[in-house]
Amino acid sequence: MTKQPLLDATGVAKRYGAVAALKNASLSLLPGEVHALMGANGAGKSTLVKILTGAISANSGRILLRGEERDIRSPANARRAGLVPVYQEPSLIPDLDILSNLRLTRTPVEPFREWVRELGVPDLDLRETARDVPLAIQRVLDLARALAVEPDVLLLDEMTAALPANLAERVLDVVRRQSKTGRSVIFISHRFVEIAALCDRATVLRDGETVGVVDIAPGVEERIVELMLGAKVDKRRAAQTRSGPEARPEGRTRIAVRSLRVGAKLHDVSFDLRDGEVAGVVALEGQGQDELFAALAGSIKPDGGIIEVDGQAVRFTHPADAIEAGIAYVPGDRTEALAMQQSVRENIALPFSAVFRNWGPINRRREDAAVQSAIERLQIDTRAQREVQRLSGGNQQKVTIARWIAADARTLLCFDPTRGIDVGTKQEIYKLLRQLADQGKSILFYTSELEEIQLVCDRAIVIFGGRVVDVLPVGIADEAALTRAAYGLPRDASADVGILAHHAASDRAVTP
Amino acid sequence: MTRLLRNNGWVVGLSILLVVLFVATRIIQPQYGAGDFGSLVRAVLPYAFAVAAQTVVVIAGGIDLSVAAMMALTSVTAASMMAGASEEYALFVVPFVLAMGFTLGAVNGLLIVVTRVPDIVVTLATLFILQGAALLVLDAPGGGIAEWLKNLIVGTVPISGIPDTIDAWIPKALLLLGVLLCIVWIPLRRSRLGLSIYAIGSNQLAAFRSGVPVARTKIMAYAIAGLFAAMGGISLTMSTGIGAPIPGPYLLASVAAVVLGGVALGGGKGGLLGPIIAVFVLRLLRTDLTLLAIDPNVTAIVEGTIMVVVVMFGAFITMRSRSS
Repeated sequence: MTKQPLLDATGVAKRYGAVAALKNASLSLLPGEVHALMGANGAGKSTLVKILTGAISANSGRILLRGEERDIRSPANARRAGLVPVYQEPSLIPDLDILSNLRLTRTPVEPFREWVRELGVPDLDLRETARDVPLAIQRVLDLARALAVEPDVLLLDEMTAALPANLAERVLDVVRRQSKTGRSVIFISHRFVEIAALCDRATVLRDGETVGVVDIAPGVEERIVELMLGAKVDKRRAAQTRSGPEARPEGRTRIAVRSLRVGAKLHDVSFDLRDGEVAGVVALEGQGQDELFAALAGSIKPDGGIIEVDGQAVRFTHPADAIEAGIAYVPGDRTEALAMQQSVRENIALPFSAVFRNWGPINRRREDAAVQSAIERLQIDTRAQREVQRLSGGNQQKVTIARWIAADARTLLCFDPTRGIDVGTKQEIYKLLRQLADQGKSILFYTSELEEIQLVCDRAIVIFGGRVVDVLPVGIADEAALTRAAYGLPRDASADVGILAHHAASDRAVTP
Repeated sequence: MTRLLRNNGWVVGLSILLVVLFVATRIIQPQYGAGDFGSLVRAVLPYAFAVAAQTVVVIAGGIDLSVAAMMALTSVTAASMMAGASEEYALFVVPFVLAMGFTLGAVNGLLIVVTRVPDIVVTLATLFILQGAALLVLDAPGGGIAEWLKNLIVGTVPISGIPDTIDAWIPKALLLLGVLLCIVWIPLRRSRLGLSIYAIGSNQLAAFRSGVPVARTKIMAYAIAGLFAAMGGISLTMSTGIGAPIPGPYLLASVAAVVLGGVALGGGKGGLLGPIIAVFVLRLLRTDLTLLAIDPNVTAIVEGTIMVVVVMFGAFITMRSRSS
């Protein structure tokens, strides 16, 4: 029996200005198959999904549906072609009731009701406004709405990430049965367990290109990790680690986090941050790291757990409280931190004139001295200092760090600080962070570029599913080890360990 | 029943406020009668259409600053076309002016969608353009109107089965307002277009992903607003008998009534009934304050204060009911 692919995308590329989000992606989907789409952060998964579902259009490439070339220009278009997505975030219109939401997408009501029951929500009131439905149930409704139109291809993007276990189980079960009827599913997940239990094949993306298609079989996760990292694995293994991190004596505990719980994403995180260390945080997208940093920086309140600063439990209600305690947040998105139309000087001086009791006249001379020393220390290119927005991205990032050096913050929370800046400036920032640590400051450093861990950090805290799953000493924290850990795989996984060994890994992480 | 109350609580609350104001009016001025009510409705008419226009756009997540200017332009166009013309000619003028409002509204929407300039900027620009165009059509108040159009909002119609004493309280103007709003609003509310308007106002991304043609829906929302504005313009000419090229105070009044009427300025929430009742509340309040011989400047302060208090109170109630 020859099987013609149901969906066949080849040579798909998408550029945003000079940046290529997708270079040459391909994906071939057989009828009745559950196909995993995998790749590290920024590999182009979400771009490919958006193209397949008509949310954005590709610059080049060909998409065949049942052998016919289709131009999917809008989500409505994709729907008609039988491609129905369920996105990571709920897509019901919050102010409409569920019935109206169904009418909006021309979804038949009775099949929808049946699917909702099937998925384990017996008593649903269709007159309820979507906003008032709990988030997990909304995800289920999204899926039911997609299933009700009997799509040929169902795209599930991180569908199970926000679901409680019992609902996730049901969802996986329904998806599995869906494939029995000859329909196909594209499944995106960070959880190897789910992929092992559900998928037939996996397409792996790296840097915007499809680098491999593998059959799912026990032990294949090693191969997938290798594909996701590519040549980097060998390169990193050969690379030398930073010299003598273990030689330094351990500093005092600066921040202690105990069983911290924030929102729906961060469940139970505990770790210590000591004076004089750079602690790396590694996590896939949306594992709770944003919430962790926001809670430490005082911009959201935790739902549970304790944050101690210098041995004292603290409750931050405003970022000013965190700054008062000497904790400064450096976001990856510089537009979040800088007043773009203002000068370099004003931007650096902002934190020490922003405090209420300092609203009086500004002591210009003292401010100038502090700002000047920070600028020199960071070698900020000040030729265009009248407006921060005219600086290069790297120099802008330096300004956000300089501000806290001038304010003499004892702890920096750096959230992906080197995102989108040039290599030279990255090196300078690495050096600066190390210097700060050597002076006894403490730094929590989240990065999406795993090689930075060994360049900057003393250890790596790995978060998965809102929990700390591993803490790797820098010596073994190469990219392969970090990737494995970030996907929740056990540290000593080798080729002969099946994918389902994940359970053992999570058990171990839970027991102290 | 509880859901009905919860979803329409705002409208119910506003209606109670309106009744309270009526009672207050009767206490202040015991001889306030059906005739006074008729002139109140006539005065409210242009405001009500301006509010309807603004409501549609705000529900779609936008704002239309050109409402009053659009009303001025359509009003002078109608007045200058009908000046000295036959009674029958008006049968052509009315649909023409309505179509003009619809088209101008659609142009507003088109500019916003195509240029991606924020709606507040685009409609501010069209405010000036339409204002200028109105002055080109008529450089001073003037023009005329067909008699039958004028009579459409004067007095009452006898309705069989209703005693005269009650019928006197149902002026023609109120019936006209009700009929015109229902003709547009009810089919809209029941169509996919109406649903889409709510959807793009509520969450544009989610609407896009649900397959809603966002751009087309937005253009249609502005076009319907233009249609309502044209109705407002004609009603202006109907009540004054002439066209005035300088826009009246309808823009800010429309935004005020929309907010007071329980439509979220962020879009996606509310209906048409709330803002319409709100505009009656605001006008009646002004009448009461005038009857009490309060300094008009103080009147404005009182109106502003009441708005803030009512909206705050409403938000407080919503928060309480949500958390419980």
